[in-house]
Amino acid sequence: MGVLNVGRIEEGFVLDHIQAGRSMEIYKYLNLDKLDCTVAIIKNAKSSKMGLKDIIKIECSLDYIDLDVLGFIDHSITINIIKDNDIVEKRGLTLPKEIVNVIKCRNPRCITSIEQELDHIFVLTDPEKEVYRCKYCEEKYKKK
Amino acid sequence: MRHLMSPLDFSVEELDRLLDLANDIEKYPEKYAHACAGKILATLFYEPSTRTRLSFESAMLRLGGQVLGFSNAASSSAAKGESVSDTIRMISCYADICAMRHNKEGAPMVASRVSGIPVINAGDGGHQHPTQTLTDLLTIRSLTGHLNHLTIGLCGDLKFGRTVHSLINALVRYDNISFVFISPEELRIPDYIREDVLDAKGVPYEEVERLEDVIGGLDILYMTRVQRERFFNEEDYVRLKDFYILDKKKMKLAGPQLLVLHPLPRVNEISVEVDSDPRAAYFRQVQYGVYVRMALILTLLEVEV
Repeated sequence: MGVLNVGRIEEGFVLDHIQAGRSMEIYKYLNLDKLDCTVAIIKNAKSSKMGLKDIIKIECSLDYIDLDVLGFIDHSITINIIKDNDIVEKRGLTLPKEIVNVIKCRNPRCITSIEQELDHIFVLTDPEKEVYRCKYCEEKYKKK
Repeated sequence: MRHLMSPLDFSVEELDRLLDLANDIEKYPEKYAHACAGKILATLFYEPSTRTRLSFESAMLRLGGQVLGFSNAASSSAAKGESVSDTIRMISCYADICAMRHNKEGAPMVASRVSGIPVINAGDGGHQHPTQTLTDLLTIRSLTGHLNHLTIGLCGDLKFGRTVHSLINALVRYDNISFVFISPEELRIPDYIREDVLDAKGVPYEEVERLEDVIGGLDILYMTRVQRERFFNEEDYVRLKDFYILDKKKMKLAGPQLLVLHPLPRVNEISVEVDSDPRAAYFRQVQYGVYVRMALILTLLEVEV
């Protein structure tokens, strides 16, 4: 079997070490469906570290994508930044201090439940336990 | 420009200054009678609360200022679908400072982000009620002389009771404070208070179900009402509302130092026979509520007397 060829990237990102099966979720979080650049999703690639992993390759200008949000989704992902066909930087992820309009507050008593125009803002209140709380009502965000 | 969203918006030192000012107002009210002449307070009450609204209005009137506002959402433009942000932009043109009560949590914070005038959170859903906390702190400090070395019992609805959450947040900043939480299982304090406030700061607390078992060791007993509007169904409310009633019999188990506080209105959680007990401080607390709101208005408007 030959090597799976998804093409080299001139400029963009390779998101590596995505937990196997989660690439579509990240595709959605990063709003990649709204970009008209080339995106390759590799599912269940073999990984010595993880067994299986997903990889996403995105060919786009480096300032196109807000990568901070990835830290919230899964901070074990590594980001390879590609410029002129080379990896110019390998970047680890940290938990973002604030995330805007990525997740929604589910507290039915929160002001965001009745005012549709408001940004949904979550603030990192406990980095150790990775706790995010709604900026308005302080309700804790529970990951599914 | 400063707003008041949570009791933690003021440092301990700033709080001390505010409470000192309130005590000075208590002592020399005539000195402050015209301090806010020409200023207007807007009371924006999307949810009815006669007591808090009148306390704010009394405070402004006693400072020589004037008041305007609405006392329920139906009589405001919110009924037509106006956003909180738009309302506060408009009110900023009419008044110099505003107090906002809203049934949705975080609404005053939304207002403060675009407001041209100081916004005071006068209670947002089950979240915060900082001016009640300032009232509680002033009452405790005025009647005991200090805010540290206290064992504080909080009794009743500790889950939805925002006054309780705000008070805990404020008191953990003082030395040698311990809490006793007295509530039915269903109405225990929320996890975020337990984890992020008490455990994080290493503040000692215990959670019990029976008031009789712990009342003897308390310096402060803070009673709360089990509020009908916080329940999703009537059945739960009826089952739980009479759980914790303070009466003469229970007061006999308490020490002479005890002070009984209550944010009011009470329904039946404190029997009227307790009212004449010198340890009952809840009506004095109402008076302190006016003094502390006067001090707050002066502070946020940066009026020097």
